[in-house]
Amino acid sequence: MALASGFRRTSTALPVPPALRRKRRRERARTLGFLSPWLIGFGVFFVYPLLSTVYFSFMKYDGFRAPVFTGLRNWTYVFSDYPFFWEGLRNTLWLVVVMVTLRVVFGLGIGLLVTKIKSGLGFFRTAFYLPYLAPPVAATIAFAFLLNPGTGPVDHYLGKLGLPQPGWFNDPSWSKPALTMLAVWGIGDLMVIFMAALLDVPTEQYEAAELDGAGPWQRFRYVTFPNISPIVMFAVVTGVIQTMQYYTQAIVAGQVASGIIGGSGEQFEPGYPNGSTWTLPQMVYNLGFQRFDTGSACVVALILFTISMAFTSLLLRRRSGFLTED
Amino acid sequence: MTDVLSTPVSLAAPGGARSAAARPARRRAALQWVAVHSVAVVAALFFLLPFVFVFLTSVMTDRQALTSDFWPQHWEWGNYAKAWETPGFLTWWRNTLVYAGAGTVLTVVSSVPVAYALARFRFRGRNLALMAVISMMMLPPQVTVIPMYLFWAKQLHLTGTLWPLIIPMAFGDAFTIFLLRQFLLTIPKEYVEAARIDGCGEVRTLLRVILPMAKPAVAAVALFQFFYCWNDYFGPQIYSSENPGAWTLSYGLESFKSAHHTNWNLTMAATLLVMAPVIVLFFFAQKAFIEGVTLTGVKG
Repeated sequence: MALASGFRRTSTALPVPPALRRKRRRERARTLGFLSPWLIGFGVFFVYPLLSTVYFSFMKYDGFRAPVFTGLRNWTYVFSDYPFFWEGLRNTLWLVVVMVTLRVVFGLGIGLLVTKIKSGLGFFRTAFYLPYLAPPVAATIAFAFLLNPGTGPVDHYLGKLGLPQPGWFNDPSWSKPALTMLAVWGIGDLMVIFMAALLDVPTEQYEAAELDGAGPWQRFRYVTFPNISPIVMFAVVTGVIQTMQYYTQAIVAGQVASGIIGGSGEQFEPGYPNGSTWTLPQMVYNLGFQRFDTGSACVVALILFTISMAFTSLLLRRRSGFLTED
Repeated sequence: MTDVLSTPVSLAAPGGARSAAARPARRRAALQWVAVHSVAVVAALFFLLPFVFVFLTSVMTDRQALTSDFWPQHWEWGNYAKAWETPGFLTWWRNTLVYAGAGTVLTVVSSVPVAYALARFRFRGRNLALMAVISMMMLPPQVTVIPMYLFWAKQLHLTGTLWPLIIPMAFGDAFTIFLLRQFLLTIPKEYVEAARIDGCGEVRTLLRVILPMAKPAVAAVALFQFFYCWNDYFGPQIYSSENPGAWTLSYGLESFKSAHHTNWNLTMAATLLVMAPVIVLFFFAQKAFIEGVTLTGVKG
C-alpha cells in the first residue's frame, strides 16, 4: 500500500544533496501543518482520555477526594459483584444481534425493492428515507406515543384486529423489540448504500444467469449477493459498532415510558422497565455521573472500547476493501 | 460517483413486441409491477404513518389527544404556539443553532486540510494516521467521557456552557475527515499536477482547484455534521445539562413532557417542531445528502 511507495529511504551509499534534504524538510513541515488540527485533536480527545480512563480504572475516585490506587478492585467489582453488569452486557448483545440483523435484512430488502420500482420512485425513495432523518430524541418520543398502551394508536388497531396488545416500552419482554422497531424504521442510510451497490452489479451477469435458466432466488444467491457482499459486511460491522454505543433511544424511551423525565437531577429507574433496556453505555453514565464511582465506570468504558475496537479491526483488514485507494 | 437518485432503472421495455411469444412475458412483467408496487405501498405506510399519527395528534384538543382517535375533531393549530411558548423552548432553539452552526463550520474548516493530506501527500505513517482516524470514528463517546468531563469541569470550568461541545469541533472530526478523504481520492491527480505546474503551492491548490471540485462532498459532510450536532443528546446531557440556559433541543425536548404532564398533543407539536428543520433542510439538499450517504459505503 502507501508505505511502500511513500518516502524512499536513501540510506544507501549516495549522500543526500542539501537541496533535496531542504525540500524534504519543507514537505514534512507542510504535511504536519495540514495534519495539525487533527493531530492535536487526536492527542487531546483520544489518546489522553484513553490513557486517563485506564489510569482511573485502577483508582478509587468519587470526583471530589483525591484518587486512591486500589489495584484490580474495580475490575473484580464490575465482573463479579456489580449486580447489573452481566444484565447490561446481555441486553447490549441482544440489541447488537437482533437490531443489526433486522436492519441489514430490511435495508437490503428495501434497497432491492427500490431498484424494482417503476412508478413513483421519487415518492417511495423519500418516504423510505425520511425516518432516518428524524432526530433520535424526537423519534423515540413519537414512538413512545404511538406504542403507549391505552392511548397509542398501535395497540388500538391491534385490538381491533383481535391481536394481542403488548405493553411495548412498559413491558420488559417487549421493550427491546419496540426499540428494534424504532431502529428498523430508520434504515434510510442502509437503503441508500445498498441501492448504490445493487445498481453497480453488472447487468451482463444477470443476463448470463438468465440464459443459464437461473430463477430469481438463484440470481440473487449467485449474482447479486457475491457482488454486494463487501457492502453487506461493511453494514454489519458498522452496525455492530453503532449498536454498541446505543444510548439515546434506550434512555429516552425508558424515561418517557416510566413517566419520569430526567433533566434536573430527578432519577429514574435505569433500564426501565425492569432493567430490560439497560446497556453498557448507560452503565458508564450511571456509574460515573450518578453514583460517582469513576473507577468502575472506567472499567466498563474500557470493556466497551475493547469490543468496539475488535470489530473496527475487522474493517481495517486489508481484504475488507475499506482502505483501498485510487 | 454515480448519481443514485437519477439513475433510471428500466429493465423491461414497456409495450413494444406484439408477437404471441411476448405475451406471457408481458403478463409476467405486469404481475411483477403489481407485486412490487403493492409491497412498496405497504412499506411506505410503515415509514410514513408514524409521522401522520404524530401530526394529527399534535392538532387535537387536550382531551382528544388522550384517546386513540385518528382524526382531530377540532383543528387546534394553537398547540404549536403553545409548544413554542414553553419556557426555555426558544433558548434551546438558539443553543442548538449555535452548537450546530458553529460546530459545522469549525469541523469543515479543520477537517478539509487533514483529509487532503491523507488523500494526496505521501509520508511515512500515513496508513497509521488513517487507521487512527478510523479508530477515532468508531470510538463510542462513552469510552472517553469521564476524563473529558473532568477536563472540562475541573481544569477549564466550562461545563454548563456550550463550549465543551463546540471547541472539540475545531480539531477535526474523524468521520468528516474519512468521508472527505474518500471523495478526494476520486479526483484525478492530474489536476493537482497541472496546478503545480502553474506555480500553485499546496494551500493554493487546495483552495482554488480541489475545493471547488469537492463542493458536493463538502456540502454532504457539512450536512452530516449539522445533523449530528442537532441530534446530539449525549454531549449536551454530559456537558451542558447542569445549566438550563445551555440546554439544546434534543435535551430540552425530553424534559418537555414533564412540563406538560400528559399533554401528548403539545408534546407531539414540539416533537414535530424539532424534526421540521432537519426535514426541510433535507428537501433542499437532498442530492448532496444522498451522495454523502453513498460515500460512507465502500465501492464494491
